[in-house]
Amino acid sequence: MSTATLPDDPLLRERFSELKPPLAPQAAVIEADRCLYCFDAPCTGACPTHIDVPGFIKRIASGNLRGSALRILDANILGGSCSRSCPVEVLCEGACVMHRLNREPIQIALLQRHAMDAFLAAGEELLTAPRASHSVRVACIGGGPASLACAAELCRNGAKATVVERRALPGGLNTYGVAEYKLSAADSLREVEMIRRMGVEFRFGAGIETAADLEALESEFDYIFLGIGLGAMERLNIPGEEMDGVMNALELIAAYKTRHIRQLTGTVVVVGAGNTAIDAANAARRLGAETVYLLYRRGESDIPAFDFEYEHAKQEGVQFLWRRQPTAIRSDAHGGLLLDTIQVREVDSTILPIPDSQFTIACHLVVPAIGQSPFMQLMRELRQIEVNDGRIVADRATGQTRNPRYFTGGDCANGGREVVDAVADGKRAALAMLKIAEAAYA
Amino acid sequence: MPDIRVHGFAGRINAPNPFWLASAPPTNCAEQVMRAFDAGWGGAVWKTIGEPVVNVASRYSAADWNGQRIMGFNNIELISDRSVEANLRELAQVKKRYPYHAVIASLMVASNREAWHEIVARAEDAGADGLELNFGCPHGMSERGMGSAVGQVPEYTEMITAWVKEKARTPVLVKLTPNIADIRTVARAAKRGGADGLAAINTINSITGIDLDTLVPRPNVDGKTSHGGYCGPAVKPIALNMIQQVMSDSEAALPLSGIGGIATWRDAAEFILLGCGTVQVCTAVMHHGYRIVEDMSEGLDNWMRSKGFRTIEDFRGRSLPNVTEWKDLNLNYKIVARIDEKKCIGCDLCHIACWDGAHQCIHLDRVSGPVNGHVELHSTPAAIEARSRAAIAFTPVTRKEREAALSLQSTPLARIPRVDETECVGCNLCSLVCPVDECITMVRVDTGVAPETWDERTRGMDCAPEPQRS
Repeated sequence: MSTATLPDDPLLRERFSELKPPLAPQAAVIEADRCLYCFDAPCTGACPTHIDVPGFIKRIASGNLRGSALRILDANILGGSCSRSCPVEVLCEGACVMHRLNREPIQIALLQRHAMDAFLAAGEELLTAPRASHSVRVACIGGGPASLACAAELCRNGAKATVVERRALPGGLNTYGVAEYKLSAADSLREVEMIRRMGVEFRFGAGIETAADLEALESEFDYIFLGIGLGAMERLNIPGEEMDGVMNALELIAAYKTRHIRQLTGTVVVVGAGNTAIDAANAARRLGAETVYLLYRRGESDIPAFDFEYEHAKQEGVQFLWRRQPTAIRSDAHGGLLLDTIQVREVDSTILPIPDSQFTIACHLVVPAIGQSPFMQLMRELRQIEVNDGRIVADRATGQTRNPRYFTGGDCANGGREVVDAVADGKRAALAMLKIAEAAYA
Repeated sequence: MPDIRVHGFAGRINAPNPFWLASAPPTNCAEQVMRAFDAGWGGAVWKTIGEPVVNVASRYSAADWNGQRIMGFNNIELISDRSVEANLRELAQVKKRYPYHAVIASLMVASNREAWHEIVARAEDAGADGLELNFGCPHGMSERGMGSAVGQVPEYTEMITAWVKEKARTPVLVKLTPNIADIRTVARAAKRGGADGLAAINTINSITGIDLDTLVPRPNVDGKTSHGGYCGPAVKPIALNMIQQVMSDSEAALPLSGIGGIATWRDAAEFILLGCGTVQVCTAVMHHGYRIVEDMSEGLDNWMRSKGFRTIEDFRGRSLPNVTEWKDLNLNYKIVARIDEKKCIGCDLCHIACWDGAHQCIHLDRVSGPVNGHVELHSTPAAIEARSRAAIAFTPVTRKEREAALSLQSTPLARIPRVDETECVGCNLCSLVCPVDECITMVRVDTGVAPETWDERTRGMDCAPEPQRS
């Protein structure tokens, strides 16, 4: 049985056509030949999963595409989705020494995608070690990048890994949350299918909500990896938030990626200015909204989104309203929404409203995108796993929590970073579990 | 203002400049040669005239390198496939319209005296300014007792050159094959036979590569190939060496038309510095067209201007005295690598090249204690890589993290390699692999020891001493 797939949607494909088209084969070789093949390369050092970047690029140059993909997968099982969704400007490509030669950095992401696309298109299998009789059994809760990477690493080392996901589709934010013009849900699912064929088991629709659920897992598995992400987005805590027409950014992105929303009209207001807010605002534009405002309580120079994401949003036609906060959501007489806002100023990092600066925006959709709140009460209450500042507290090098049977990684442990960070966390946790299990067996 | 005209090459050949087209497809016919002269070429050696041949398809293949086309070029084409009459009629037509350009007839006929006498007379009657005897073609024609079959045997070379000289009234150049153990033996034979000049080198026996799908080497002629002649940029160093050998040998040296990978004025200047009076070009024209000669002329002119050379003769052969035998090199000349920290981009290619390919004296760590001398004190490349792979890296998301990442835009000190000058042998490898101009320079170190060559050190000894242990 293969993992679920999504039907093709031509309208979605057209509206969310890729930001960066793939390299043609000859262009890939020319680009690969530009790579200097640095020793102990800075790009590799900057990558959280430490992909051997010059190594895979030289394999593209020589025509060893299969070897190139295997080199990538060796370090990063989600090398395909990372090649599309990584903010490479601040990672590998940002570290490329070509910058210091006043030249364009090597297009590492596009080259990585070139190798991975060829590998996945060929339906290549990944080799795994035979499962030993004493192999360690691990449940990975959450079907996102951290769990997938953890499970894949365990599996290729002969351990038994089971991914437990409450939703119907695997992949976590790769499937539900990354902007479609960067990574399509279909590409995410194709990658998960490769991991499934390695021998990783999947259980869908399997939420872990009660003490009984946890006990059942603990009796079946030796270790439990928590890759549960950040969960729902934070609330605005203003009147009217529960009304129809208010939908948080992750819900909006998941809805269009899974074909539940295909069209928007009128005015959409996104509240917040992080990378997810930008993804939601761009999506609203591409889905047809004529006017998209992005409200942020601080100024242009303070926005948490990456610079290139901000630039991209401007090109998509998103309009930014700086130093403005929502105060209430109301409905108008025609079934539309009215968003009351107020101008604010920052005094000693306190946001203060400016009197008589109220302004109401008539709109069809309000999209809060102000950070995600962790979803981990259960762990704290039932298993004495320490949670601090919204993150599960764990050893950074191993992902081990205060409860030695529990490991963690990804957004729930690092507070919310990128897919590649989640993969690195998952891999480190897997290696740590294998090491502990090996010591115990010996 | 520099004057790049050629006067009295090999006795009597004049040309507006030393840039000639070699005997090859670019000189197949009058229409081409006239366009070439219009483009600025100073002379042309006509595609070899002889009994017309039948050619095969395909005829060419190339060795590409690192994304660049035609580092080396290979052909299995034979001499002209057009009749002697047609070639000579067109040669006469060109000579009539371009009286001041050099038109040389390249000749190849069966190895008998009458055949050579006849073709020499006909070529000269057509108006050729000189004759080039093709004793170099390494494929096809050699199987029929011509081309390099002659050029590989000094006695044949001398004999046929002498036959030609019995008849010829214009200068006779012998084109040398490089497919021989010592090119000087044939050059000397040509000189003994009375040649007025030489042309070198012809193409080098080659198989450029094999198609890894069909397993047939290139060029593919219906599933088979035959060795061809290699030329293009890849062969220039081989040609320069052979030209130096010939021009430094008093029994071999003659006016020489240099050939072998010449594509720019820089290449041409190097050939002239080793004694060539003219240069011949083929592959670069087959790749880019006749137009490349514009930059060749201008570039040579500008370089001569900057160096204060007025004529070609002012610098011809000037580098020959700078080539000696190894035993005459100064053993006490010491240089070491210096890395300019301001220019270093931190690729660390010099480090890995020195550790794996040289003398383990460029290090990435800054050890405490004795800095010089002991490689054991330093981290190995494998240890350095293992450290990096074990480090925890993450995407910078907060402003503080992003600012820290931005600060890496200048090369961090930890990535700037350091040369252990007491261990550096001055081999040059690091400066060759460094991708940044003038980042690594080789700096002379005064040893306080007088110059001494191997020859001087061992003079008077019965045999060479044991090498010193270091």
